[in-house]
Amino acid sequence: MALIEAVQVSKNYRAGSVDVPAVRSVDFSIEPGAFVAFVGPSGSGKSTLLNMIGGLDRPSSGRLTVLGTDVATLDRTAAAAFRGANLGFIFQDFNLIPVLTVFENIEYPLLMVLDWPLEKRHAQVRAMLDAVGMADQAGKRPDQLSGGQKQRVAVARALVANAKLVLADEPTANLDHDSAYRVLALMKKMRDELGTTFVFSTHDPKIMNEAEITFTLEDGRLTQNANHGGAHA
Amino acid sequence: MLKILKLAARNLTRYGRRTALTASLIVIGVVAVLLFVAVTGSFKTMMVGQITDSFLGHLQIHRKGYVAAIDTLPLNLNMPPPLVAKVEDALKAAPEVAAWSARIKVGAMFSNFTETTSIRINGVDPDREAATEPLFAGRVQNRTHDGPLLARGEILVPVLLATGFKVKPGDTVVVVATNRDGSVNGKTFTVRDTLESATGPGGRDGYIHIDDARELLRIETPEVSEIAVRLHDLARTGTVVARLETAFASVLNQQDKPALEVHGWQKLSPFASIANMIDLMTVLIKIVLVAIVLVSVMNVMVMAVYERVREIGTIAAIGTPPRRILALFLSEGLLLAVVATLAGVVASIAAVFALNAADITYTFGQQQDIVLVARLSARDIATVSAVVIAIAVLATLQPAWKAARMDPITALRHV
Repeated sequence: MALIEAVQVSKNYRAGSVDVPAVRSVDFSIEPGAFVAFVGPSGSGKSTLLNMIGGLDRPSSGRLTVLGTDVATLDRTAAAAFRGANLGFIFQDFNLIPVLTVFENIEYPLLMVLDWPLEKRHAQVRAMLDAVGMADQAGKRPDQLSGGQKQRVAVARALVANAKLVLADEPTANLDHDSAYRVLALMKKMRDELGTTFVFSTHDPKIMNEAEITFTLEDGRLTQNANHGGAHA
Repeated sequence: MLKILKLAARNLTRYGRRTALTASLIVIGVVAVLLFVAVTGSFKTMMVGQITDSFLGHLQIHRKGYVAAIDTLPLNLNMPPPLVAKVEDALKAAPEVAAWSARIKVGAMFSNFTETTSIRINGVDPDREAATEPLFAGRVQNRTHDGPLLARGEILVPVLLATGFKVKPGDTVVVVATNRDGSVNGKTFTVRDTLESATGPGGRDGYIHIDDARELLRIETPEVSEIAVRLHDLARTGTVVARLETAFASVLNQQDKPALEVHGWQKLSPFASIANMIDLMTVLIKIVLVAIVLVSVMNVMVMAVYERVREIGTIAAIGTPPRRILALFLSEGLLLAVVATLAGVVASIAAVFALNAADITYTFGQQQDIVLVARLSARDIATVSAVVIAIAVLATLQPAWKAARMDPITALRHV
């Protein structure tokens, strides 16, 4: 069974009295454990698609199923619960909480979303810190970290609650070349170790080559895919 | 809840200067209100005490219609002995009553054999009057005798009248009054002492023994004009007045109307208006405090939400339930208010302590060098604290609600 299945998914935005299509009738499916990139220029619909997969936005038409759940049917609270239980997010600007330490940022989903007990929570955070190589930075605040380190923390935060799917919107856009490759390597490593599915968007041709499967979007349409296994379009 | 409070505390430290500024505004507001309440409360208590303990009593009982005609001190509205007995029975049965003093009041003429003027004579039992009006003795100027304030054949003369007539203790004076039947009677008295007015310059109240008053007016039965009552607790005045009114409801006059009326001190003294004004000013200053808290907390929380839009989008995206985002921001407002209020209360207690240590004195009426004793009651502190905290939470509600309802995508795109 596919982890993500999109059937004729479209998304239109209203600009004044005009409907502006952002995604146009896309069909695809992604299998569990895949390492997938949506690629395309700015405004091609990558982020919109990721937002819909993440239950942050709803398709205007079509059916989008994630982990067997039609995300369009979830209300605000149910969507939040669904994301908290199943999904992890990595953002272009890292989006770490500035007043929390690295440890606390990673702990946040377990503490404030899933209510894990203290010992289990701390053990899991320590395991994640080790996995992303940030154990020695646990007490630092985000403003004391480099961009690459921040994104490592963000990867750990996305994975700490045993997410089945991690969505990353341009995760390397604000990183230098080396850091970008290290973050992608980390994501791949975590996929290999935990079996988590990673779906990310990028417009950087070098980065897109790191994906095992790529979906190319132009003007909201899926124009091509490079499928090395695990996904079908 | 604890974890939300901990995170809220962290968020408050994020903009330390702004948080400190808002907290200081709340602290200043709390201190201003509590100091005002402590000082005016002290002044009000002193003022009411001076009035009730010097001449008025906590409540008074009269025959129906007497108070309405009190300017003429109508002898025909004195309480006859059966009514007096009923009143005394009711007072004996009331556990709140500490003492009472029956008085005969009459308008009379005062003469030093050379000049004559009007005077308001109060016939009292000196011991009962002293028990009912503990500050009465303090009004006697340069007291010349120990023991009872007044004996038969003696008069306490108002000080201005004594000065004007050049009358001093030991002098003989004459008091002339018209009795109920219209006949004019006179009686000589020895000036015992001079008496200050309770409320300031002026005053024409002289005091003689109640038996002398009856003799002057040729009253043969123990009738009285009024009964002043002192309670163990001034605050119970309203309750006791209501209870006595109920008890006297069945005591009817010839027109089948209640024969007696009971008035609390507030109905008998214009100073009640000043007391009410103090209460009103306290309410007004509390409203100012509410406005300060409302505006400052709302401002800081609106800014907090505005500056953290992307962060709100992030925590919403990773699955934080909307109600928890609401709780997080409400906790920030709550925490800010609690900490600032606590600091304000501590500062207020310290300020009251310092104020009392400074031994500030003031004058009220003829009473000089009254020491200001500012007092803060637990009730005042609890009320002000509860109001501040409730208003702070209320002020936080709108920005917190906005944060909880924020669309994650829009929030994440916010620059």
